[in-house]
Amino acid sequence: MKIAVCIKRVPDTETRIKVAGTKIDETGVKFIANPYDEFAVEAALQLKQKSGGEIVAISLGPDSAQETIRTALAMGADRGVHLKTDGQPYDTLSVAQALAVELKGYDLILLGKMAIDDYNHAMAPALAEILGLPCVSAVTALTIDGAKGTAEREVEGGTEVLSFPLPAVISTDKGLNKPRLPTLPGIMAAKKKPMESKPAALGAARVTVRSLALPPERPAGRIIGEGAAAVPELIRLLQTEAKVL
Amino acid sequence: MIFAFAESRGTSLRKAAFEAISAARELGDDVHALVVGPSGIAASAQELGAYGAKKVFVCEHAGFAQYNPEATAALLAERVKVGGYRAVVFVSTAQGRDLAPRVAAKLGAAFAPDVTSVATSGDEIVVTHPVYSGKAIAALVLNGAPAVIAARPSTFQPARTDGASPSVETIAPVGDPSASRVVVTELKIGGGGKLDVSEAAIVVSGGRGLKGPEHFNLVEDLAASFGNAAVGASRAVVDAGWRPHSDQVGQTGKVVSPDLYVAVGISGAIQHLAGMRTAKTIVAINRDKDAPIFKVADYGIVGDAFEIVPALAAAVREARRSG
Repeated sequence: MKIAVCIKRVPDTETRIKVAGTKIDETGVKFIANPYDEFAVEAALQLKQKSGGEIVAISLGPDSAQETIRTALAMGADRGVHLKTDGQPYDTLSVAQALAVELKGYDLILLGKMAIDDYNHAMAPALAEILGLPCVSAVTALTIDGAKGTAEREVEGGTEVLSFPLPAVISTDKGLNKPRLPTLPGIMAAKKKPMESKPAALGAARVTVRSLALPPERPAGRIIGEGAAAVPELIRLLQTEAKVL
Repeated sequence: MIFAFAESRGTSLRKAAFEAISAARELGDDVHALVVGPSGIAASAQELGAYGAKKVFVCEHAGFAQYNPEATAALLAERVKVGGYRAVVFVSTAQGRDLAPRVAAKLGAAFAPDVTSVATSGDEIVVTHPVYSGKAIAALVLNGAPAVIAARPSTFQPARTDGASPSVETIAPVGDPSASRVVVTELKIGGGGKLDVSEAAIVVSGGRGLKGPEHFNLVEDLAASFGNAAVGASRAVVDAGWRPHSDQVGQTGKVVSPDLYVAVGISGAIQHLAGMRTAKTIVAINRDKDAPIFKVADYGIVGDAFEIVPALAAAVREARRSG
């Protein structure tokens, strides 16, 4: 089975965000592989362990995206493809078009349900439409049996069970698996694995970031008391001030 | 004209259907909605009208008994294209997150999900969208028509209008919905149809301060005391296996914006705050007075959850009885 995994370089979740124009100030920011994409890498590795094949890790971004591809290679992916851009483009469809060029001929295309920087939750369905492939997004269970697959995804108050034919685009959610950590031999081996770099054929951008701002601060927190003795005061505030009771 | 997707499950509308119409109404008065479902869903058209849809398109087909992403996206894209709408509005639910990007890709349209405000300025639509775990807010310009927008759940509140009955048009599906490649074979409703944290007006969440999964009954009882509250959990207790991932509030769980959020024994790591900082009112109960949760809590109580939570549940019951 030939599997492509799309993986994005994103700021670590614990990063303190400082705004610089329409982007964040990257000074001192630690970057990581998007955690949801790591579920996709792990799913690919487990499928390869079962039925063999090749795993290609693909990342779109500036040269630093190659570090993220190396993470996937260290986990066990076979080779990398870097689609080079100046900076990280924002527009989902523009990026999807560039990725789609590279994603022809795979049995399975795996990626995280969202990137923790842009929170767009959109890449898998967008890719599937461009490629004309079936898609299941945000899966928490995945089974592939020959040319057919089944998956589960969480919906409000329940779980959907879905069936789909291959080739397909699947996006991964937390709960699907526990991504392995790269081992030292894995990290050493990753340095020798092939990595191709070529310019990304970005589509036209339809969305522009006009501004980026810090969220309005919540009013400073207030401790109203200690222990069960504070309960009557809380009830009063919920009734008269917050008006939720 | 603005188009709204009215989300349904079986023959019932979801709350998201009304939220999509509310968001659409902020972009224009002439809102048209589409609802798809099995035989019987047509009865919901009047209700969509009561919340502000001037025209309702209804497509009934056995292939829409369960969520049918391919057939729904095909019908939506065609309807939006034919009608020449300025924008199409979804809500970022499990369905909306899956459908909206499909429709945007079919239409080659500008797309923004999890939108917290919408505005038109001349020919432009400008929306705000939280990024970096809610640590920054992006203002996005959506160029060209139509624009595809998905509203953050529980952000655009449903509002009844006194408008006339909507005009209702029955439409045929595009292609055969029963021939979709992706098929939902089963919908498993979790825990007796319990309320989902992302949809509830009140959420009571528990964290490691509860010391063990056997003590979550305290949180469940507090939730029950409010009548219709959902039970959430922090990442720590989900990772420890005390609660299912579907209950997790936070960066790698669900983002909630309820009227009231009660955090019990949750310290308030950035990853948790990302999921609940937009709640209208936050109550925190924690033993550690320096816990970061108290920095965002409107009302904090320092102390032992095992003592405070039962007292609070009793007081809430009493307040609701006499209120």
